[in-house]
Amino acid sequence: MADVIQAPTVDQVSEILKREFPDISILCVEERRVKVKCPREISHDVCVFIHDNLTFEHCSVVTGVDYEDHMMVVYLIANYYNGLMIDMDVDVPNDDPHVASVSDIWGGANWHERETWELFGIVFDNHPRLERLLTPDTYEFFPFRKSYKLRSQE
Amino acid sequence: MTDSLVPVLEAQEKMDTDKMWVIWGPQHPFSHGLWTLKLKIDGEFIVDADPIVGYLHRGWEKETENRDYARIIPMTDRLCYCASMTYSHLYCMTVEKALGIDIPEKAKYIRIVADEVCRIQSHLMWLAAVGTDLGNLTVFLWAMREREYFLDLNVKLCGARMTTNYPRIGGVRNDTTPLFDRDILRTVERFEKAMWDIIYLIDDSSVFVSRMKGISYMTREQCANLGLTGPAMRGCGVDFDIRRDDPYDNYDKVNFEVPVLNKEKKVGDTYDRYMIRIEEMFQSCDIIKQAVQKINAIGKNAPYRLKTPTKVPAGTTFGRLEDPRGESIMYLVSDGTDKPWRLKVRSPIFTNVSCSKAMCDGIRIADVPAVLAQIDMCLGETDR
Repeated sequence: MADVIQAPTVDQVSEILKREFPDISILCVEERRVKVKCPREISHDVCVFIHDNLTFEHCSVVTGVDYEDHMMVVYLIANYYNGLMIDMDVDVPNDDPHVASVSDIWGGANWHERETWELFGIVFDNHPRLERLLTPDTYEFFPFRKSYKLRSQE
Repeated sequence: MTDSLVPVLEAQEKMDTDKMWVIWGPQHPFSHGLWTLKLKIDGEFIVDADPIVGYLHRGWEKETENRDYARIIPMTDRLCYCASMTYSHLYCMTVEKALGIDIPEKAKYIRIVADEVCRIQSHLMWLAAVGTDLGNLTVFLWAMREREYFLDLNVKLCGARMTTNYPRIGGVRNDTTPLFDRDILRTVERFEKAMWDIIYLIDDSSVFVSRMKGISYMTREQCANLGLTGPAMRGCGVDFDIRRDDPYDNYDKVNFEVPVLNKEKKVGDTYDRYMIRIEEMFQSCDIIKQAVQKINAIGKNAPYRLKTPTKVPAGTTFGRLEDPRGESIMYLVSDGTDKPWRLKVRSPIFTNVSCSKAMCDGIRIADVPAVLAQIDMCLGETDR
């Protein structure tokens, strides 16, 4: 593993991530923003690397997007030393919506993952407590999926 | 973590008490909204906490998928009535980024002024709430009185006190009104003097200070890892402010110092998390003065709004902004139509309140209102 780099630049981030994880594709690099796509099998390893070696201490957002043919988990991960953000997309198939939980790396991801599970039905493996948070416990459907229509959308 | 458990363990040795869950809320004066805090107590000390939110969940994000872009702006105001300006600013900024347009300079500075007025009035609302939580009604009244002057500025700028509906995709709705610069400078200068009355009232009150000092320490690492953002994190030694380190609009063109407490110690208590907001209000006054000067330098007839297309090209983008309460993010997925495919709001309090277990660990049950007042609770944006 590479050494710890505090406050890496965007070019360093994309270069190091490409070197350490050849399966990752860098989608675009802007000022203070790196957008990467990561296969879900290695998403947890990548997050550990981003946290430990690239000093991204703060996980701002974990959320889901329903593209109808597949779903996507989005991680927005922030660096407090230079304001850099990594936008990491992980595709999950509709018939097996599982991805590894990152709440053991960033405690702040805990509630975001619970919210994503209850609204999209994406299961975060090894999450300490995957229960409904905003919606009532009796709900048996996932309201933010596109298959769940509002009355005005019907 | 281990230090804070010491009194709990000592108490356990002295007498063998059963642990008990105490449920605060959803209707409780400390909660400032509908949410529940379940506390597991061992005698006087808290050993576990479990916040429960969601009573106000109205499917905000799903609702936006059904509206065109312009009609979402009034909805963003309703996320939080204290931070309505910053949320509509954030939304417009995110859509502008997706459209790839650069708004006029004047609009950027007007947005800065509006944001900072919003920040001051939001912090004053928080100060009023802290006053009542800690039993000092004078602080409440004085803070609310000061806040009213800033709401009047909102009225002068856009006609509404709280749900302003002012920023637009491509700029702002209207230019500054006549004599707005004079009024805002007067208000700010008045406020900078009047604020000291409140500060003396609080800092000279030993009751107020002793209820906050030395209670609920949070380290820098805890804050970063648990996702505590905003003034609370800067009080605990995290030297980060999105306005300075990840600037948006024209924040990189105004000079301001970000107040950070305990930069070396890297650990802060409730009093630090309180003090930082007071300092931030003075900083906001500075920013307002500079931005008003820049607006005057740009001149009267400069453009303040661009015409923008109604359809947003397909793609994903996100905007990030320093809300009065912390880090706000909107993540937008557009599909080329005039309605968003998905709009995710990252509310700072949603994550801050999830830290309440760490904040309440080992404190006495009587200190809970003082500690959780520093979250500055707002349920509209937490539950969305």
